[in-house]
Amino acid sequence: MVITADKVKQYYHSVTLDREKCKGCINCIKRCPTEAIRVRDGKAKIIKERCIDCGECIRVCPHHAKSAVTETLDDIFAYRYKIALPAPTLYGQFNHLTDINYVLTGLKYLGFDDIYEVAKATEAITAYTKKLLAEGKLKRPVINSACPTVTRLITVRFPSLIPHILPLISPMEAAAIAARKEAAQKTNYKPEEIGVFFISPCAAKATEIRNPIGLSSSPLNGVISIKEVYLKLLPILGKLEHIEPLSTCAFAGVNWAQSGGEIAALANDNYVAVDGIHHVVRLLEEIEDDETLDVDFIEALACTGGCVGGPLTVENTFVAKSKIKKLADELKKSGQKTAPVALSDEELRWEVPITYRNVMNLDEDLLIAMQKLENMQALARNLPQLDCGSCGAPSCKALAEDIVRGFAGETDCIYKLREKVRDLAKQMVELEEQMPGSFKQDERER
Amino acid sequence: MNNNIITLHYDIDGTNFTIAGQASSNIKKVLKQLGVDPAIIRRTAISMYEGEINTVIHGKGGVADIYISPDQIRIVFTDHGPGIADIEKAMQEGFSTASAEARELGFGAGMGLPNMKKYADALNIESTPGEGTTVELIINIHS
Repeated sequence: MVITADKVKQYYHSVTLDREKCKGCINCIKRCPTEAIRVRDGKAKIIKERCIDCGECIRVCPHHAKSAVTETLDDIFAYRYKIALPAPTLYGQFNHLTDINYVLTGLKYLGFDDIYEVAKATEAITAYTKKLLAEGKLKRPVINSACPTVTRLITVRFPSLIPHILPLISPMEAAAIAARKEAAQKTNYKPEEIGVFFISPCAAKATEIRNPIGLSSSPLNGVISIKEVYLKLLPILGKLEHIEPLSTCAFAGVNWAQSGGEIAALANDNYVAVDGIHHVVRLLEEIEDDETLDVDFIEALACTGGCVGGPLTVENTFVAKSKIKKLADELKKSGQKTAPVALSDEELRWEVPITYRNVMNLDEDLLIAMQKLENMQALARNLPQLDCGSCGAPSCKALAEDIVRGFAGETDCIYKLREKVRDLAKQMVELEEQMPGSFKQDERER
Repeated sequence: MNNNIITLHYDIDGTNFTIAGQASSNIKKVLKQLGVDPAIIRRTAISMYEGEINTVIHGKGGVADIYISPDQIRIVFTDHGPGIADIEKAMQEGFSTASAEARELGFGAGMGLPNMKKYADALNIESTPGEGTTVELIINIHS
């Protein structure tokens, strides 16, 4: 699949639904941190403006009806020079792997001409972040920008925290820019002949290519899931004859695959590292309310365990964490240093600022919004407060909101429906008792 | 909606400071649904959170009444706690009468009221020692 301008316009998120597999249960609607899913017509429906691609619904769906739209390995062959950008998380997927070069050589067997490790680009970002923190001009606490889901969460739910986000592109994009530069030097290919593909644990990264954060256009051509690459790599890893010394990253970059990795590289003791989207939401709520949280840096990652917990991974999160730690420790022992990364500080900065996307407001007009809010609260008070989800909305409050927005009716609530049916039955009995004259005795006969 | 004012009411439990912040969290959500500017939401959230904490640790619980009109957000905290003997003194940064217990929990830095004054457009306090305190916060929607 080659991305065309048309597709760019269509995409807001990469999480998608397989209607055949969806049973219309309520597991996903209850789990979504932005209340972006409803069950309609017996199937889950994603409200596209609200989806931040956290992948919670992919993880929780018992019928495996949710997945992420990504490119596939076939798509790389549309380019003459194909570069793989493996996320360090990829290294933590394999049993008994002691040398990253096996995985990287394997990627070349799958068709890639060159490899650029995302772990390498993290060092440029760490170095620049350190500089910015030392300058002290950023709004404290600084919130990391490496996790696109967290950044999108802030833009829809925590707009007042936007000034706290580290104004730098993510390691994936930094790696892509550096890889393109290197390829241009090594080869004579035109930029459009070079294809750069991220090997991803993350659904949100697939969205970043269509709707980049902080950039006007993405330096990448596609995102391929670790799941797909893993299944193709596994059978060939043991059969590789010549292992090329392709890895040129240091331990610190590999550690970014797990929670605490970015912060460890920064060597700043005054931090909070939080992982798992619901924990992240809670912490951001607190930061919004309370100015007294005295930390320099917040590393917030949407997936439990960090990127190793991504929805497009294969290995158990906690096993992968242990494997990443072992590989990083080995690299540290071996003293492998990162090869120079050709990126200036300027290239790491956002080109375009991040703005608030208010996807929650009830109306553009404040007075109408107030009227709707009032109606919504009256409706909500009248609902059973069970948050059962049977109406297709995640909570009674959300149903009240849907009703004032015109997407639902009060009898979508099964308890309200039962009340109505009961009233109707009562009316029928009452009517039945009112016999017409032809069935009754006449007073005059008595 | 009476006279274009939305009213909201919250009970603040004086025995459980860990749930303080729930009302301010709710108000944040409401203000986002109304499309209020994020900077104003933040100022409301911070000053309201401080007010909630004060109502818990000094007022021993109480109520918060919120009135949202197209021009302003008015928050009124009412408690029947010990009251404030010297309001002027209470407004000074660093002055606190928080109990040893509250201080052990990290409260009592004497920044509650000063912060509320800093983030709200108006702050009015009425208090009678032995009877209770009413704190009114006003935040203008159009600055």
